[in-house]
Amino acid sequence: MGRGCCCWRRFGAGGADMARIELDLAHAYAPNPKQDSDYALLPLKMTFEDGGAYALLGPSGCGKTTLLNIMSGLLMPSQGSVKFDGVDVTQASPQARNVAQVFQFPVIYDTMTVAENLGFPLRNRQVPKAQIHQRVGEIAEMLEMSGQLNQLAANLSADQKQKISLGRGLVRPDVSAVLFDEPLTVIDPLLKWQLRRKIKQIHHELKLTMIYVTHDQVEALTFAEQVVVMTRGRAVQVGTAAELFERPRHTFVGNFIGSPGMNFLNGVACAGGLRVADTVLPWLPGQSLPPGAVKLGVRPEYVTLVAAQTPGALPMQVAQVQDVGTHVMLTARFAGQTVKARLSSDAARMAQGDTVWLQVLGEHSCFYQNEEIVA
Amino acid sequence: MSTTIKPVNQKAWFLILPVLICVAFSAIVPLMTVVNYSVQDIISPERRVFVGTEWFAAIMRDEELHSALFRQLTFSLSVLAVELPLGILLALSMPAQGWKASAVLVIVSLSLLIPWNVVGTIWQIFGRTDIGLMGAALQGLGIDYSYTGNATHAWLTVLLMDVWHWTPLVGLLGYAGLRSIPDAYYQAASIDGASKFAVFRYVQLPKMRGVLMIAVLLRFMDSFMIYTEPFVLTGGGPGNSTTFLSQFLTIKAVGQFDIGPAAAFSLIYFLIILLLCFILYNWMQRVGTQDKEVGHE
Repeated sequence: MGRGCCCWRRFGAGGADMARIELDLAHAYAPNPKQDSDYALLPLKMTFEDGGAYALLGPSGCGKTTLLNIMSGLLMPSQGSVKFDGVDVTQASPQARNVAQVFQFPVIYDTMTVAENLGFPLRNRQVPKAQIHQRVGEIAEMLEMSGQLNQLAANLSADQKQKISLGRGLVRPDVSAVLFDEPLTVIDPLLKWQLRRKIKQIHHELKLTMIYVTHDQVEALTFAEQVVVMTRGRAVQVGTAAELFERPRHTFVGNFIGSPGMNFLNGVACAGGLRVADTVLPWLPGQSLPPGAVKLGVRPEYVTLVAAQTPGALPMQVAQVQDVGTHVMLTARFAGQTVKARLSSDAARMAQGDTVWLQVLGEHSCFYQNEEIVA
Repeated sequence: MSTTIKPVNQKAWFLILPVLICVAFSAIVPLMTVVNYSVQDIISPERRVFVGTEWFAAIMRDEELHSALFRQLTFSLSVLAVELPLGILLALSMPAQGWKASAVLVIVSLSLLIPWNVVGTIWQIFGRTDIGLMGAALQGLGIDYSYTGNATHAWLTVLLMDVWHWTPLVGLLGYAGLRSIPDAYYQAASIDGASKFAVFRYVQLPKMRGVLMIAVLLRFMDSFMIYTEPFVLTGGGPGNSTTFLSQFLTIKAVGQFDIGPAAAFSLIYFLIILLLCFILYNWMQRVGTQDKEVGHE
């Protein structure tokens, strides 16, 4: 492989050599996968646009790191292909793909100083010394490490080391993409917030394609333009924060995004409306579903306290009232099913055992069959 | 300043008594016996004369000792110079996992399980020009090989024997160091575009530092005290060419029964090892862990 040297012709102009990443693949760690559970990644098709900021969000073990390692070239998918700008790079090494990756735990070169650590990716690509010096200076300034350049990296604290790892990921201005694998795990909360802003700022300035793996929804939703929600080796939804919030395509997304997650009520669709237990909630104008069992999904933020007998509302027993200061979190039950509602603090005072009317069917309602959205 | 007086309780001293007794019998008493011998001229069990530092002065001036010490240093440094790189190479080429790794581990550690005198005997036969594989092969190649007649051949054979016997130790230690490097380091190096050599130089070698330091100390101390193998193989000859310090000591103490000079010498011997290990250890602790003072250009 050409070790990516050719890209340096554009270094002086500050041009970035980014790529549109197209994935059409599946991955199993063991040979001959037979059922879905044998796959670390179920067959998926995805495109990451040039210069976008993406997040891969999901619980531990959902395959997000596997997907990231496949993109960077550390792992070869057991089937399918990876394309950068339409060129198949499935077999290409990380060097050839010219990607940068930051890992969950700090990786530093013990015998090198901070400056040597930061410049290592450039030195390996035979960049002239003067340019390395300049670029390392810029990155160090950005990370507020200018004063520590000549210190030995091994003597620094864990979050300082992670800052070096981040810097090494960002030091090459010509990378196809920068991949982050939960890079802020070891960093303390205040610095975490600063670094996240910094990464975002770099994204705006350099327009690098950035893909950020995390299990923290706040981190994902604030960082990325597009969030890929993953569970059990499957990418269940790709969308903006608003899309994930308003119309989760899968009950998992509804549950995972939001705090607390979406409420789900089991019901049966019939001609007049949605029957939950023995109560029929009439369809709104334009709403209707083919008859059959269906799950009604509604965010706690959209559950409202209404007058008795309001269409779309259910009489519910108050199970718990939590006043969190800014709002009240109400947990209520109806025919064995639980609904959580986020109400304003000045909402009528309620006590456990009271009956309240909560509107669950409305404009923001989503309907699910087999865990997938149907309307 | 605190005005309260702590109650005095000296019972804790009893708790260290067992350790004190153990150490006394295992180290202090034998060592003091040697010190005792080193300052006396023992003529017979009944007659002894206090001579002060006379033996020390005599031993320090001993030409034979000087050459033995020089031979010893050359040998120990050669052992390190050969076994360390070879051991690292061995560690790097051993498979990381699977049945091959287990098989290689067993095969590599075989030589470490062989008793010293058996190692000497093996090489004695191995080097024989009539029936030994190596000796006969070298003869066949037209080299007039003889570990009993040629000083250089004898020295090289002893070195080769030590390399054969102990390189696996360095290899195993290095292997343990290599296996403890998290995958992320290799992944990061690959992302950073590091060459194979750069991975070795900046990831593997620094991470093996700790175990290699142990390997250097062990091999240095052991080779500095080498006795059995050369004794069995060459008996220290031809001439004095493979007489190392411990054999020199044995000849003095057991062979000539010069208890006084031998005791003085063993104390000096002990101090030399202690001093060299101290220097070596401190130097290795320091290398590569200091902040660089020069600019990062």
